[in-house]
Formats: sequence, C-alpha cells, structure tokens
Amino acid sequence: MNLRGTWTLFCKEVKRFMVVAMQTLLAPVITALLYLVIFSHVMANRVTMYDDLSYSSFLVPGLIMMSIIQNAFGNTSSSLVFSKVTGSIVFVLLGPLTHLEFFVAFVAAAMFRALLVGLAIFVAADLYIGVTVAQPLYMVLFGFLGAATLATVGFIAGIWADKFDHAATFQNFVIMPLSFLSGVFYSIHSLPGLWQSVSKFNPLFYMIDGFRYGFFGQSDVAPQLGVGIMCGALAILGILALMMLRSGYKLRT
Amino acid sequence: MSVAVAIEQVHKRFGALNALDGIDLHIGEGELFGLLGPNGAGKSTLISVMAGLCRADSGRVTVMGLDVVKQAAASRRNLGVVPQELLFDPFFKVREVLQIQAGYFGVDRQNRAWIEELLESLGLSDKADQNMRSLSGGMKRRVLIAQALVHKPKVLVLDEPTAGVDVDLRKSLWEFVKRLHADGTTVLLTTHYLEEAEALCERIGIMNHGKLVALDSCAGLMQRYSHYQAKLQLRGAGDELPEPVAAALVRREGETVWLQVAHDDDQLARILTALHQQQIQVLAVETQEQSLEDLFLELTQAAAP
Repeated sequence: MNLRGTWTLFCKEVKRFMVVAMQTLLAPVITALLYLVIFSHVMANRVTMYDDLSYSSFLVPGLIMMSIIQNAFGNTSSSLVFSKVTGSIVFVLLGPLTHLEFFVAFVAAAMFRALLVGLAIFVAADLYIGVTVAQPLYMVLFGFLGAATLATVGFIAGIWADKFDHAATFQNFVIMPLSFLSGVFYSIHSLPGLWQSVSKFNPLFYMIDGFRYGFFGQSDVAPQLGVGIMCGALAILGILALMMLRSGYKLRT
Repeated sequence: MSVAVAIEQVHKRFGALNALDGIDLHIGEGELFGLLGPNGAGKSTLISVMAGLCRADSGRVTVMGLDVVKQAAASRRNLGVVPQELLFDPFFKVREVLQIQAGYFGVDRQNRAWIEELLESLGLSDKADQNMRSLSGGMKRRVLIAQALVHKPKVLVLDEPTAGVDVDLRKSLWEFVKRLHADGTTVLLTTHYLEEAEALCERIGIMNHGKLVALDSCAGLMQRYSHYQAKLQLRGAGDELPEPVAAALVRREGETVWLQVAHDDDQLARILTALHQQQIQVLAVETQEQSLEDLFLELTQAAAP
C-alpha cells in the first residue's frame, strides 16, 4: 500500500481547492446562509415542522446536507475534468498509485471540502438561530455517507466528462434538481401521496432525511433504512468507479 | 548488458489506424537509445504503452523486468517519462510540483536534497517558488524533466524534449542527459533532430507506420542500409552501359554517370570490372556518403500499407 502516495494526492487535491477558497469554500457557505436568512424571515411564524419545530431550525440540516452534496460532487468532478482537459492528470497516472489509492485520495479530498463547508454552515447557523443535535452519531454518519456518496458520483462524472460542459450538465440537470427535490425545504409528509412515493426514489432524500434525524431525532423514514440505502449506493458506486479505473475508461487509451 | 526495456510483439490499433504493428525492441541497461520517425510513426504511442498510459492490444512490455500491465505500480517506479506536450498544473509552484510528484512515489521527505539538486542542475533554482503559469515554455520543459527524474528512475524516456526549445537550452539539456547516462541511467529519447540522435545515441531505431523499420548503431545503420553515391567520368561509353552500371545508374550526362552503390558488398568492384571488360575507361571516381537524414528519408518515405 502506497500510503505516502495516497496522502500526497489527497494533500494536493486539498491544496488545489484551498488555492481558490473564495470559490470553493466561502461562496457555498454564503449561499447557504443567504437561503437560511431569507427563508427564516419569510417563513417565520407561518410554518412549523414536526409539530413544534420552527421552520428555520428545520431548514438548517437540509441546507448543510445540500451544500455537502453539491461540494462533494463539484470537487471530484471539476478536479478530474480540469486535470483531463489540461493534461496534468498524466502526472498522477505516471505514478505508482493503485486504482484504489487514486480513488480514495480524490474522494477523501472532496469529502474534506464538503464537510468543511458543512461545518462552517453549522457554526454560522448555530450563532444565528441556535442549533440542537439530538443524535450526533447519526448526524456525523449521514454527513460522511452523503459526502462520500456524492464525491464518488462526482468522481464517475469527472471520468466520464470530456469537457467542463459535460460536468456542468450533470451538476445542473441531475444533482441540483435532485437535491432541491429531496426535502431540503420541506418534509415529504407535506406532499400529496403520489409525490411522497416519488420522493422515495430520490436517493438524496435519504441523505437529507437521515441527516435531519441527527438534529431532531425525527425523520420521514427510519434512519436505519437511510443508512442501509446509502451504504448500498456507496458500495455500488465505488465498485463502478473502480471498474472504470481498472478498464482505463477515458483515462488510459 | 542486461535488458532495461523489453518490448515484445506489441500491437495497437486506433480504429483503422495501425499505430503499433508488432514492435520488438530491447534496450540495454545504461544504454542511450534514440527512437526516430516521422510524425504519426507510433513513437509516442509506444512510449505511452511503456508508461501504462495506453493499453496495447497484444504483446508485452517490461521495464527493468517488470510487466507494465501486471506489475504496473512497480514498473512505474523504475520509469520517468517526459511527455512531449508542455503539461503543467497551474495551481502550484515549481518546488511544490516536484515535491508532489516525489510524494506519489513515496519519496518526498527523504528526497528534498535531490529535488534541490535537480532544481540547481536544470537552472530552476531561482524559479523554484514561482507558479508554473509564470514560466516560459523552456522553463516548463525543464520542470517536466525534473518531474520525470524526481524519484530517481532507472529508465528515463524523453519524448521530443527539445521540440520548440532554443539552442542554448537544447545544448544544456543534452549535457544534462549525457550526465544522467554517464551515471548509469538508461535513456530512451525521441527527437526530430537527427544530428542530435547521431551525436548522442549508441543505438537508433527508426519507426514508420507503426513498424520498426531499422535498428542498429548509427554507424551500423549507415553501413547496413545506406548507399553512397559514386560519380564516374568515363571515356568510350556507348549508349548502352554494362548491366552492373545500368542497375546502379541514378543519372547520366554524356559520359558522366552518377551511381548509387551499396556499402555492404563489392558492387563498385563489379562495376569497375564490367567497364574494364567492355574497354570503357574510367577517368575519375568521386564518392559522396549518404547522411543519416538521407537514410531516414529513404526508410520513412514508404507509403502506409
């Protein structure tokens, strides 16, 4: 196992997004906080969730998880596409890293960015409206699983994409709608029956719902089901990513 | 001499294009080998196969005895590749780039002195803390060479390292390559500058249309494949020349003939004997050696099969 090589690739990827921290860290935090400020003012005293929960409090875990999802995906996909377009991916491919080491380093760096963004939103939200955590273990577990799963999706999209437009298409037409329609801003119990059922086919719903369970101890579906679905999805996506690396798909001709 | 790089029956197709058509090549340990060929001959594809960037359809390549597919990670530890394109990561400074590349090979901490030595040797010390984006093309080329050497590979592959590089830099790069070679590094280089290959390389392979069409030392190639031109001033020659002369004839102006004569047999002796037998006098003989460039053109001007 080339631990030093894996660590180097992880650090290189972290440094890459740190160099443009305004864009990769600060901007998503500000965006999430703007959502929180605007919605909490507009919806204040109008809606309560889970019987007695304020809408602002309800919104916080959804916004954190949505940012985790988008940044985990964005980091792996943009880094891989950029490296492929500029050709600098060759420096990693010439090294003695195995497929697993390559995958782990990229995904771990994306998780690190996504969780940094999530943590910053958590702290800011706590200062703004106060945040309670009923099930910290579930909160951390769903945070890590969400980041890992979307970093893996971004990894696959980054290998598949031949240009920035491909990755952006995936982000704007798949990840973004699925995250908005996953219950960030509402509980699926507020939807008509059909749409409740449809929502359960959205894998991102389980991430946000489970993450919310970590905060309030209440969720739309049992958190154990969410953990099972996410672990299964992560395993399948991880295997797919490793198979792509093994075949050399779009990386080695 | 033990084998550093063994390439055995390597085939690679890209659609209808036969990029590599059964290449067999062994490069000895410590050898400085030149791979020549026109654009599209398959040189870069062959290098990509060696480096694991491209998968051969069939055949086998080993670097220091390690299979580049089955023992990919181990074989790459023995190989440094300088790509043809000026690739760089714009997020990092020169020293960072070298530390990162060393880190991939697990040798970053114990390797700091070597990195400084490379920076010094390649004239990059004063650029070490500059971002890659700010460097000129020549400086980026030097960084690529340093990156390829940062893990002290036993085999160094330079894919047209002097393309688009000014004369001073080209000379200093070749001096550096000579030093590496003197220290025992096996070097495979591709170049379009034939005089460089002739001056630097112990053996030369010429590729064309995915095949290795010639392989020998420079002198051996000239001896084996090349011809020299002989200009004969005759007296008493009729319209019809003796058969050995007619067979070698390139051009005739009156009683002056230009002949293409092979190095490796007694062709000139047979020509002179035939002229003597027909009582044609030879007043003067001038010979002119073919250059490597002439030979290169002759071997690579064949049409694609």
